[in-house]
Amino acid sequence: MSVFEYAPAPESRSIVTLRPHYGLFVDGEFTDGGGEPLKTVNPATEEVLGEVAVGTDADVDRAVRAARKAFTRVWGPMRPADRGKYLFRIARLLQERAREFAVLETLDNGKPITESRDVDVPLAAAHFFYHAGWADKLDHVGLGAAPRPHGVAGQVIPWNFPLLMLAWKVAPALAAGNTVVLKPAETTPLTALLFAEVCQQADLPPGVVNIVTGAGDTGRAVVEHADVDKVAFTGSTEVGKQIARAVAGTQKVLTLELGGKAANIVFDDAPVDEAVEGIVRGIFFNQGHVCCAGSRLLVQESVHDEVVAALKRRIGTLRVGDPLDKNTDVGAINSPEQLARIRELVGIGEAEGAQLWQPEGQLPDRGTWFKPTVFTDVTPAHRIARDEVFGPVLSVLTFRTPDEAVAKANNTTYGLSAGIWSEKGSRILSVANQLRAGVVWANTFNQFDPTSPFGGYKQSGYGREGGRLGLRAYLKES
Amino acid sequence: MTHALDPTAPGRGTPAVGLDAYADVTRSDAALRAFLHGLPGVDQVGAEARAAQLGTRSIKTTAKAWAIDAAISMVDLTTLEGADTPGRVRSLAAKARRPDPTDASCPQVAAVCVYGDLAGVARDALVGTGIHTAAVATAFPSGRASRAVKIADVRDAVGNGADEIDMVIDRGAFLAGRYLDVFEEIVAVKEACGSAHLKVILETGELRTYDAVRRASWLAMLAGGDVIKTSTGKVSPAATLPVCLVMLEAVRDFRAATGVQIGVKPAGGIRTTKDAVKHLVMINEVAGPDWLDPDFFRFGASSLLDDLLLQRQKLRTGHYSGPDHVSVV
Amino acid sequence: MSERIEVRKTYKLYVGGKFPRSESGRTYEVTDSRGRFVANAAWASRKDARDAVVAARGAFAGWSGATAYNRGQVLYRVAEVMEGRAAQFAAEVAAGEGLSETKARAAVDAAIDRWVWYAGWTDKLAAVLGGTNPVAGPYFDFSVPEPTGVVAVLAPQRSSLLGLVSVLAPVLATGCTAVLVSSKERPLPAITLSEVLATSDVPGGVANLLTGDAAEIGPWLAEHADVDGIDLCGAGTTAMELERSAAGTLKRVLRTTAEEPDWTADPGLSRMTPFLETKTVWHPIGV
Repeated sequence: MSVFEYAPAPESRSIVTLRPHYGLFVDGEFTDGGGEPLKTVNPATEEVLGEVAVGTDADVDRAVRAARKAFTRVWGPMRPADRGKYLFRIARLLQERAREFAVLETLDNGKPITESRDVDVPLAAAHFFYHAGWADKLDHVGLGAAPRPHGVAGQVIPWNFPLLMLAWKVAPALAAGNTVVLKPAETTPLTALLFAEVCQQADLPPGVVNIVTGAGDTGRAVVEHADVDKVAFTGSTEVGKQIARAVAGTQKVLTLELGGKAANIVFDDAPVDEAVEGIVRGIFFNQGHVCCAGSRLLVQESVHDEVVAALKRRIGTLRVGDPLDKNTDVGAINSPEQLARIRELVGIGEAEGAQLWQPEGQLPDRGTWFKPTVFTDVTPAHRIARDEVFGPVLSVLTFRTPDEAVAKANNTTYGLSAGIWSEKGSRILSVANQLRAGVVWANTFNQFDPTSPFGGYKQSGYGREGGRLGLRAYLKES
Repeated sequence: MTHALDPTAPGRGTPAVGLDAYADVTRSDAALRAFLHGLPGVDQVGAEARAAQLGTRSIKTTAKAWAIDAAISMVDLTTLEGADTPGRVRSLAAKARRPDPTDASCPQVAAVCVYGDLAGVARDALVGTGIHTAAVATAFPSGRASRAVKIADVRDAVGNGADEIDMVIDRGAFLAGRYLDVFEEIVAVKEACGSAHLKVILETGELRTYDAVRRASWLAMLAGGDVIKTSTGKVSPAATLPVCLVMLEAVRDFRAATGVQIGVKPAGGIRTTKDAVKHLVMINEVAGPDWLDPDFFRFGASSLLDDLLLQRQKLRTGHYSGPDHVSVV
Repeated sequence: MSERIEVRKTYKLYVGGKFPRSESGRTYEVTDSRGRFVANAAWASRKDARDAVVAARGAFAGWSGATAYNRGQVLYRVAEVMEGRAAQFAAEVAAGEGLSETKARAAVDAAIDRWVWYAGWTDKLAAVLGGTNPVAGPYFDFSVPEPTGVVAVLAPQRSSLLGLVSVLAPVLATGCTAVLVSSKERPLPAITLSEVLATSDVPGGVANLLTGDAAEIGPWLAEHADVDGIDLCGAGTTAMELERSAAGTLKRVLRTTAEEPDWTADPGLSRMTPFLETKTVWHPIGV
């Protein structure tokens, strides 16, 4: 029989209307920005999707003023149940326009449509739905009766999950009664601006959500604005440190969700087939552009060869290509800058003597791509075992005993997440106990839920997002 | 640019060592138990998530046309009713030969599957077609009879002209941990089959856990089964995607370990083209394209064929078809 | 008969369960509130701080790994032992803070009671701050608070005992280990507390108390890569600079306030949550 070739199955992009120019969303209206506009590009095709306004200090100031006014006059005094209703509305609108968001996210980010459709957008809606219910139950978050919002929240989010990170930030902020100035990533601003339209459709009062696009300078202006009370940032550890330094000595409350170098530990009694799926999901989900990616595979020596062989076989079935194709598993690298960073670290890995493996096949000619990559013979001393690559690159290390696994897993300045694969319950709990990581996935990986707190130990940041704890970050005792 | 990477990858198999390498494993009940319980576990949630993920593949246009024809050629067209008659079996055989009387390009099915007493009727109706005659045996579907009766049942079916035997394992013995009994019975049935192909029905709906499905799969393969089959169709749940996933993993690993390629047959509950295509995707991505072959994959089904034919007509004509446009049996 | 010559105490540091002098050999004069000489206290150096961090790190696994019940009993034991030395504490507080005997005794009582209060928290934190999360999938998902690690504590400069206990006890209750720098001018209760800790069941290295100048040692602790958190309570005007330094390793920072808090007020969880991480664990539910 001939080979089963999957015909192209592209998701239609007709549901999305791209505009030549996108403005800032301030005080309920789209306005021009004072800076030189940026171009946002489809990383899979290098097509310019549109021109996006860049917010200057003055624009950020305008946004913060609008947020302050909305906080003082409208959103703060509003009945909590009514705030909740707005959030429920937003959740429903996200569900109604889910396909549009998914296609736009994939165009702007390069992630596979199956992920934007099945993960990013539904989870974003779920976050709004979850937090909507909190709005009139704040007495129960554990901060005593009638806890108070901080005021204006300045939020800066990354390009790897543009809409989802927006939801993680905006939903709890609004539920707690804060107003928001949000700065999306410069390479992925479009779904945030579509979200602004959703705010309009929901009749959210002007100024409650303000979205100021731009690059690092715009983000700095948001974080450093004197009238911002609460700062929330997701991104690199390096920028996180700058922000922590910037808010030092102020009254601003800070939460940081930063980088990671998660260990995914496979014991010899692991359910191997599911472990292989978990390893693949851990590092190739979203092209590895995931702060909690399982980028260090720690395999017990006795099953190393078997697991690596199974892993390579599985990686060989990954379909890399057109992110809009419904059968694509691995999409495009988000930007040339990120691709260069991945290439640099992979080059260092090879130079350090680790064994590089990539599956057969050609990558598309246009766009930014990187093949799923596995490094074996990696030791804890290798840069690729220490530095966050933020790409589809897995480093395989070995261990002999549970103690050694824990020691190697914890041998990092990060502490965001970790994975454990074993069929022995007591071992899982023991290892989970010893791992210095904020999220431990046992016999699964890269699962997210609005009810489940997410965030790091050590230099992966502080504060949690999701659940009651995540909400508390947006409140103070009265 | 559908996809850039070749689905074939290294690590597919180690040098074949043959079944002999496992002779020690089946020497005693203790050794067999130790081996089967030493197989990696299956995490239910992970396996089901993987099956569901494969089920989201979007198979369109030329791929769909290929898949429909492939699926038709893999159907074991089945009737297993107390009310079966020679007339019904002949009718089924006619449909097996020409599933779509209006379209000569439509492939024929792989086999007709009946009770043993009607195997001769089926065989006579299929002479010269290349379509196999499959008969269920071994006190199907419960398997609750003495071994002598089961062996006689097999011999009778083979004598009547069946060239494929679908046996059931002794689930009671399996669940009680008497693995060697189950093993020896399969060996005995295989011997009684002579040159007929042996499909071993695990009745996964009674085994309940994927760990048990994996163990039973290996047990059946070690005992010489040519095909491992999910279900009799008389127990619910019958074939499910995750069960099929675990069995495809088993045949993949068995070939890597022994060089012997065993077939898989999900049976019962697969009624739509969509279901069939999901299975084909799973074969393709889990076991590999070598299993996309009627010699190594079958659908045990009756109504599935009609839906495949309707979808085939839709692809050919461009409009939706209806039940009056496929033949009843 | 002539009056008995009193045996005066040598005040030393408390590091790793032992009482070393400062490696620097330095001491400084401690006076009472009226400026009269009381004692020479060890003047801790950055190297003493370094040693204390090593001791605290070494003790962390055992202390954080002890059962919450055990930690609670150990902290309660501190209160028991303190009670027996209440008079000594009262005298030191009275002299150092210039309080009346009654007020000093009240501060001691409150300090003892604070240990009792925190002792009772150890095995409630997980229930109050953790729990199961009803995720939308076949997973058992739970969150537990865990101690962040080694915490540097710059104790308040004014409240030499109640303030001291109010910043140290919460850190220990979470399961963290501590390197504490005492009030510079009023260090004696910290030294006496060290003796209490040493004779309670607190494992060596869990609490390390340094006397000296927070302004001198603070920067070293704020920048130390093996310190996970810092309480800036007694940092005074250096607080902002220390917070900046702490950002370099993303320490958990408990900021200070312009005025020392009212130490008699119920502190709630405010001094524990900054030094607690939350770990969330997922596991599939299947057969």
